[in-house]
Amino acid sequence: MITINEREIEWVPDETVLQAALRAGIAIPHLCAFAGSPSPQAACRICMVEVEGTPRLQTSCTLPARDGMVVRTHTPRIQRARRTIVELLLASHPDDCLFCPRSGDCELARLAADLGIRGRRYAGLKKSHPLDVSSPSVIREPNKCILCGRCVAVCHSVQGVGAIDFTGRGFETRISPAFYTGLNVSGCIFCGQCIRACPTGALTEKSQGEDVIRALADPDVMVVAQVAPAVPATLMDAAEISSITEMLETLSGALRQIGFEAVFDTSFTADLTIMEEVSELLHRVKNGGALPMFTSCSPGWVRYVEVHRPEMIPYLSTCKSPQQMMGALIKECYPKQFDTKGRRIYSVSIMPCTAKKYEAQDLGDIDAVLTTREVDQLLRRFGMQFTPKGPRAPLDVPFAEATGAGRIFGGTGGVMEAAIRTAHRLITGEELKGGPKVSDARGLDQVKVFSLDVAGTQLNFAVVNGLGEVKSILHSVAQKTSPLHFVEVMTCPGGCVGGGGQPYDTDREAIKKRLHRLYEVDRKSASRLSHDNEQVKSLYKNLLDQPLGAMSHHLLHRSYLDRRKG
Amino acid sequence: MRSVAEVVTGHGPLTMDSLIPVLQEVQAESGYLSDGSMEEISAAIGVPVSRVYGVATFYRQFRFAPLGEHVIQVCRGTACHVKGSLSIADHLKRRLKLTSDGNSPDGKFTVVTVACLGACSIAPVVKLDGEFHGHLTIQKLDALIDEIGGDE
Ligand code: SF4
Ligand code: SF4
Ligand code: SF4
Ligand code: FES
Repeated sequence: MITINEREIEWVPDETVLQAALRAGIAIPHLCAFAGSPSPQAACRICMVEVEGTPRLQTSCTLPARDGMVVRTHTPRIQRARRTIVELLLASHPDDCLFCPRSGDCELARLAADLGIRGRRYAGLKKSHPLDVSSPSVIREPNKCILCGRCVAVCHSVQGVGAIDFTGRGFETRISPAFYTGLNVSGCIFCGQCIRACPTGALTEKSQGEDVIRALADPDVMVVAQVAPAVPATLMDAAEISSITEMLETLSGALRQIGFEAVFDTSFTADLTIMEEVSELLHRVKNGGALPMFTSCSPGWVRYVEVHRPEMIPYLSTCKSPQQMMGALIKECYPKQFDTKGRRIYSVSIMPCTAKKYEAQDLGDIDAVLTTREVDQLLRRFGMQFTPKGPRAPLDVPFAEATGAGRIFGGTGGVMEAAIRTAHRLITGEELKGGPKVSDARGLDQVKVFSLDVAGTQLNFAVVNGLGEVKSILHSVAQKTSPLHFVEVMTCPGGCVGGGGQPYDTDREAIKKRLHRLYEVDRKSASRLSHDNEQVKSLYKNLLDQPLGAMSHHLLHRSYLDRRKG
Repeated sequence: MRSVAEVVTGHGPLTMDSLIPVLQEVQAESGYLSDGSMEEISAAIGVPVSRVYGVATFYRQFRFAPLGEHVIQVCRGTACHVKGSLSIADHLKRRLKLTSDGNSPDGKFTVVTVACLGACSIAPVVKLDGEFHGHLTIQKLDALIDEIGGDE
């Protein structure tokens, strides 16, 4: 038992006082400690509490909860101390809330409001560091940074990239890539996890909302959209809509209302990806190609390989990501079939991801990428909301159909599971014995390793989410000691549902809920196998001929660049 | 002058703890830390270069631009401060048009401030190319600079 604010709360071993309080619904304000952080740093001191028997205030994020402890979290003394800390943070903060990308959804502003800060008591020197707009995905506004260190913790410890760090000292301290350069020439992989970690407008996505609004108003342009599988699973957080298919149709209805002329399902090209990727895997196994083969649908991971480990390029699947497959199909085939007026197609993709912006810029075919956060803003600009009463519209043929396998691409293990279902069929001619569910690929462990006996051959698989853990696998591949055949890597923890373009308040619980929704729609799907997708089949019949064929190579595969510096 | 690679090999197995000593040695060899040398150190220790740069920029002792032909160390210790070392530093900054890395644009001079040169009895003091000059005034300092060709 521990007592917090005269309330008795069950004591759970290995918890901090902060965790225990939050569990009991007692909101101790905290900044440097946050859900996605590997270890608290006791840097901001906002989470201070009083513990009976200790004269000094203690940081609850690092204080282990002990049985019998008596804690107070909001005494006048604590409130004063906290307020002063935040007022000092704000002393050098720009007065820019009205025009800030985080306006209305800013943790710092909320914290200040919760602490009752309604005026400036300290006026400090304002910082004047340059804005960094060099990357296609992430904008850095160091003058809004409060040096909480969350972005650094995520980038180094969760993502294992370490593109940014604290530099300089004293008043000049700032978060920056090495040599004070822009993110574009740093080791940054544009995953956007730092954006989600940031409590302020210091890190935001490079928004393309205005470009899309301009295109929608242009009569010479036909604007179409594709929607990634994680997006409806996420929009359901806030909408009272209970199935992914209904959510997709509601989103599609809303997009049409504001001028989109067609809405396609990226899960369709996820199914297509499986056809190509599994064929490629089997080809490699049969012909002694580079193994293990790594998935290539997560652009942050692809950039990680190109920039940090280019010697691993031969192991990457040559398949484009579902976004880019869809982009190529839209640009290559759609206008010929549908836009009789000969207008230019403006292709928008709606993604849970900031690295997709980079990927689109790098490979072309897509004109604008909007994150889940941006699409919500876009629709609000037009006075639209997702309600069950909103207009609905089906997605557009010929890229409308998705199997359950294509839908689960939105979460960690989903590509692996979909691939195993189809691989088993292609190798043995039969479906998986115990049904299509591949439990070993599911769950939030950072690395999942398992094997499967397929027609007398043991195939070994690994699923990684969050790049931090990929290094050990790369090490064994480099040593040529890896027994693995196929490795799914998703850059973000939880996969796309935990992507860098997702709502700021995405936490582990939100990720679990979204994954659950994906597995639900899979379970209820009439077809759960990518190779059974009728529209995919007819695409092969009418255009592509067969997986890995010449047309596939032209439209659906890509090459990679060694982007290591020096 | 030893290369970064030579310095690094001289250190045996490297960990994060080796970072500061390695940075110090590399700077001792070449007078400053170049971007390239920090990239090399990062690869050798296996820490991101952002961390190497972050650590290096935290400590005053590290420089990121090559030294000029002449190095002037201005003492900013307590005794010198009382005797007006701030105006000496300011004067140098103006006269030599020093940039933020402490170098004059023509590459002739580098000015660094140091916590204490340990010559408080002759404050205010500067060290010019290794030689002490005490009881300094701005006139004396100007004469020293004129002598080695800092006029323009
Ligand atoms: S980061 Fe938050 S507090 Fe700062 S200007 Fe933006 S909205 Fe305001
Ligand atoms: S986008 Fe990803 S890699 Fe780049 S700084 Fe942020 S967390 Fe690091
Ligand atoms: S950029 Fe954001 S997350 Fe990073 S230290 Fe600054 S305020 Fe914190
Ligand atoms: S949240 Fe505990 S010190 Fe910052």
